[in-house]
Amino acid sequence: MNFWTFISQNKVEIATLTGEHLWIVGISTLLAVAVGVPLGILITRKPALRKPVIAIANIIQTVPSLALFGFLLPAPWFGERAGRLAILALTLYALLPMIRNTYAGITGVDRAIVEAARGMGLTDWQLLYKVQLPLAASVILAGIRIAVVISIGLATIAAAIGAGGLGELIFRGLAMVNNAVILAGAIPAALMALLADVFIGWLEKRFAPTREA
Amino acid sequence: MTDSPQPTVQLRNVSYRLPSGHEILRDLNLDAQCGEVLVLLGRSGSGKTTALKLVNRLREHSSGDISVDGRSTRDWNVIQLRRHIGYSIQEVGLFPHFTIERNIGLVPELENWPEDKIRARVDELVKLVGLSSDIGLRYPHQLSGGQRQRVGVARALAADPPILLMDEPFGALDPLTRADLQREFLSLQQKLKKTVLFVTHDLHEALLLGTRIALLDSGRLVSCSSPQEFLSSQEPLVKQYVEAFGAGDVLNRGRA
Repeated sequence: MNFWTFISQNKVEIATLTGEHLWIVGISTLLAVAVGVPLGILITRKPALRKPVIAIANIIQTVPSLALFGFLLPAPWFGERAGRLAILALTLYALLPMIRNTYAGITGVDRAIVEAARGMGLTDWQLLYKVQLPLAASVILAGIRIAVVISIGLATIAAAIGAGGLGELIFRGLAMVNNAVILAGAIPAALMALLADVFIGWLEKRFAPTREA
Repeated sequence: MTDSPQPTVQLRNVSYRLPSGHEILRDLNLDAQCGEVLVLLGRSGSGKTTALKLVNRLREHSSGDISVDGRSTRDWNVIQLRRHIGYSIQEVGLFPHFTIERNIGLVPELENWPEDKIRARVDELVKLVGLSSDIGLRYPHQLSGGQRQRVGVARALAADPPILLMDEPFGALDPLTRADLQREFLSLQQKLKKTVLFVTHDLHEALLLGTRIALLDSGRLVSCSSPQEFLSSQEPLVKQYVEAFGAGDVLNRGRA
């Protein structure tokens, strides 16, 4: 069975799996942003927390993905469904780039700009949302881009715990020793990663601070 | 500036030490009277910039007392204090993602001025600092260094603060542009009569702009005097500074 015939005979299934894949990656990215960006902001405000927070995110990053899925299995509520488990694991993996880039983006804002803003009497909150976050936006987006591309790849492994997604085809292909089936999972995943990379990269440029008016 | 109290800045026995114990300022006593330009002069590392930052509490002094308009800066709400004091620095620090208009109008915006009042104020300030009125919609990176510095001054003046802190505002400009801005600063100050603390290492600038000059060295006040007295001072550190600039004739050149 060659690649194209497999694709054309399994269009619906491939589309469904692609949808699952997108869902897992999309939700986990949103959660990682919701947790990672505030954590990144927090450690710019409370320098004492910087090392422990980055260290924990680093350690999570070093846990092999299959092992992480296994470790999380006993987690309440998450462990009940493979999809939830996959989302939790991918969220945890995406935290490091989110935290690190948020921190780097904010601390990278020109010192003179921050000093001027404080000197003008902006409150810490106003400094954050009027000056630091907009100027850090492109660096934070770069973090999201890294996280998404990694997540799309990692999400294929989530199929090992039955979470679905394009990994299903890859594992099935491996079991069948059939490259066409592996490719039917791998190529859409690769394309997805590529498209996400290009799209978020475009956003990044749009939010770069010295854009032309 | 008829409303009481008079806009003044007083430093009484002010010291500032880093957490490491290193002393940046020691026992500093200074007074800036209503409507005067008090220049803090000194070489790099003399503590003049730090002294300025203590006034608007970008740094917190270790001991002594600083008062603004007769009230200790520690008793002020820090945000109110800073909005009461205009702040302009050498690097300008314009917000690159805001238009010139928004940069200038930010403090009034934060103070919830109505929109048309902000716009009118921005127009007024743009003219006041000698910029053309079509500049408002441009972004900082589209401006020259001199224009940016003018915008910085306009921004510092936006909410009409009675006191201004200026940290080498003209230090990074080419000599001709600097001379332009110094001249304009003088005529502006004649109109506005702000109480100004002006930091510079440039004696020429100090003599030209200051009503009084405070020389700092290694965190201590060496002398505080009028430009005339400064030039004729017998204090060794002052003489050294004057000689380094070869500034005998500056006074006549500077003040027409």
